Amino acid sequence: MRLSGLGIYALFYLVFLYAPIVLLPIFAFNDATIIAFPLTGFTTHWFAELLTNKALHAAVLNSLQIAATAAIMATLLGMCAARAGAQHSFPGKGAIIGFIMLPLVLPEIIIAVSLLVILVQILGLQLSNWTVIAAHVLICTPFSIAILNGAFANLDPSLEEAGLDLGETRWSAFRLITLPLVMPGIVSSLLISFTISLDEFIIAFFLTGSNPTMPVYIWSLNKDFDALPVVMALGTILVALSITLLTIAEYFRRRGLARTGLKDTGGFL
Amino acid sequence: MAFGSFLSSEDKRGLTLVSLPFLYAVILLAIPVGAVILFSFWTQDFMTIDTTFTMNNYREIWSEPIYGSLLKRSVLVSGLVTVVTVLAAFPIAYYISFHLDPKQKSLWLFLITIPFWTSYLIRVFLWKVILGYNGVVNTGLIELGIITEPLTFILYNVNAVIITLAHAYAPFAILPIFVALEKIDRSLLEASQDLGEGKVVTFFRVTLPLAMPGVVAALVIVSIPTIGDYVTPELMGGAGGKLIASMIQTQFLQLSNAPLGAALALVAMATIMAAMFVIYAQLKLLGFIIMTFSSGRGFLELGFLCFSAVLLQALMALTIFGIWNASLGGTATFFAGVLAYSAVILSLTGKKRG
Repeated sequence: MRLSGLGIYALFYLVFLYAPIVLLPIFAFNDATIIAFPLTGFTTHWFAELLTNKALHAAVLNSLQIAATAAIMATLLGMCAARAGAQHSFPGKGAIIGFIMLPLVLPEIIIAVSLLVILVQILGLQLSNWTVIAAHVLICTPFSIAILNGAFANLDPSLEEAGLDLGETRWSAFRLITLPLVMPGIVSSLLISFTISLDEFIIAFFLTGSNPTMPVYIWSLNKDFDALPVVMALGTILVALSITLLTIAEYFRRRGLARTGLKDTGGFL
Repeated sequence: MAFGSFLSSEDKRGLTLVSLPFLYAVILLAIPVGAVILFSFWTQDFMTIDTTFTMNNYREIWSEPIYGSLLKRSVLVSGLVTVVTVLAAFPIAYYISFHLDPKQKSLWLFLITIPFWTSYLIRVFLWKVILGYNGVVNTGLIELGIITEPLTFILYNVNAVIITLAHAYAPFAILPIFVALEKIDRSLLEASQDLGEGKVVTFFRVTLPLAMPGVVAALVIVSIPTIGDYVTPELMGGAGGKLIASMIQTQFLQLSNAPLGAALALVAMATIMAAMFVIYAQLKLLGFIIMTFSSGRGFLELGFLCFSAVLLQALMALTIFGIWNASLGGTATFFAGVLAYSAVILSLTGKKRG
């Protein structure tokens, strides 16, 4: 690769972007309770401690349930909106889709606060996992739409019309023709939504009930310096998981593009 | 329904499809935000909510210096983060779009988005490790003999908040700019160079104006979420680096004064949107000056535009001066002036284009 000034800058930028992530496994395997250089030795002790921490297990399980439910609901809503946006025209389309995409640019604290006000102060409901799920669906749907828009926009509508002409019902034509073609987009949307919900902190912090989610649990360790290496170990596993999920999502997104015969323009957004 | 007969069956199907996510957003976003607005005019005494309409919360935000200074710091930090992030991101977006061949592009975009998808909390924890007193930067620099004492200006203050937020929002700035750059028809650049312009002039007269929508999108996408960020100021800011979100959280979850918290959240949102509006007007004006200057026509017009720009800058400077001197009244007055002036400029430049 020819290195121009701009190329060198780009490399430095990547170092800046990856600095925290590269350090994570280094400290996760470091044999010291204080997170600082110089390193003292290799240990898997912090990972072993993860296995015995009951509170953490409960939080992780809780987060997995919330993330899975939120991902499925957000992807269903995203499919409706993306299909309507990409294949239909109707009055007020831009405004309606724009409104659904709004949580993408709203500060999360505004969403958290407004839901807290309406659920607790006005309706007097109890906070539970469902309140967190409801809010996570709201913030994941725009991402789902952004991903699925590509899938639906690249779809040739005449394929489904051909199915209808050949005697399929609207539903079976969708299930047999459109669904398989957009399936890579759906998988990719599910994975991205799952990742967002799993990582989301501030909304869960405001809306969580008696069972903390994983980020809320990690936050509670903030002041506890002895717990920091364990957090690093947990973080290492999470980052490895995120990268794996994203690589799979990216693979499916590209396969989806290849299936509809389109050139790759890159990026989820 | 009579209304239905005006729509084709195609339209109706689209509306039916979109109605589900739309209703969801109305119920979980529009109604709650409406409730927050209503709520901000109420008051709370321990657990009981007094629903008589009052401006007391807004009056308290206005008169208590703590809220004003938090708000000003939040806007300043959010503005700095936005400028730093977008300035740092532009060359990257440009490099990916113009210097790499298409196959490498998606790999680079993928590389840039990966850090963003890993746990935000843990990334902030790690920045603490990197910038701390015994952190990576300090031990590294001491090891290299560049410094003898650990640097203290990079943790538990506003600088640390800015570095961490600039890292967290990097992809949000790169992607919109990249998309705008990708849309530029490359033959326009060739045309400009065929007509005898140099590379630099081509960049400023062709590439940059065409990339502006992406830059504006990046400014909006970075600035609005950063003003509401809670984790980074709380962990990295120390005592002097707390921002408005910390206060909102305190009002809601610790002091049980939800109406005041609601009013604070709304004021923060309104302030950052007003600030973005001013920046947008400035960019428009700058673009106009460049275009008018380079087309070489109308000294009078150019003079007027430059005069407007200088005046707007002066008003901005006075606003920042107001922030500096902690005079809320002054800041608000000058800011109102900047806002009004921006609106005038936007309407003028809008007319000229048409």
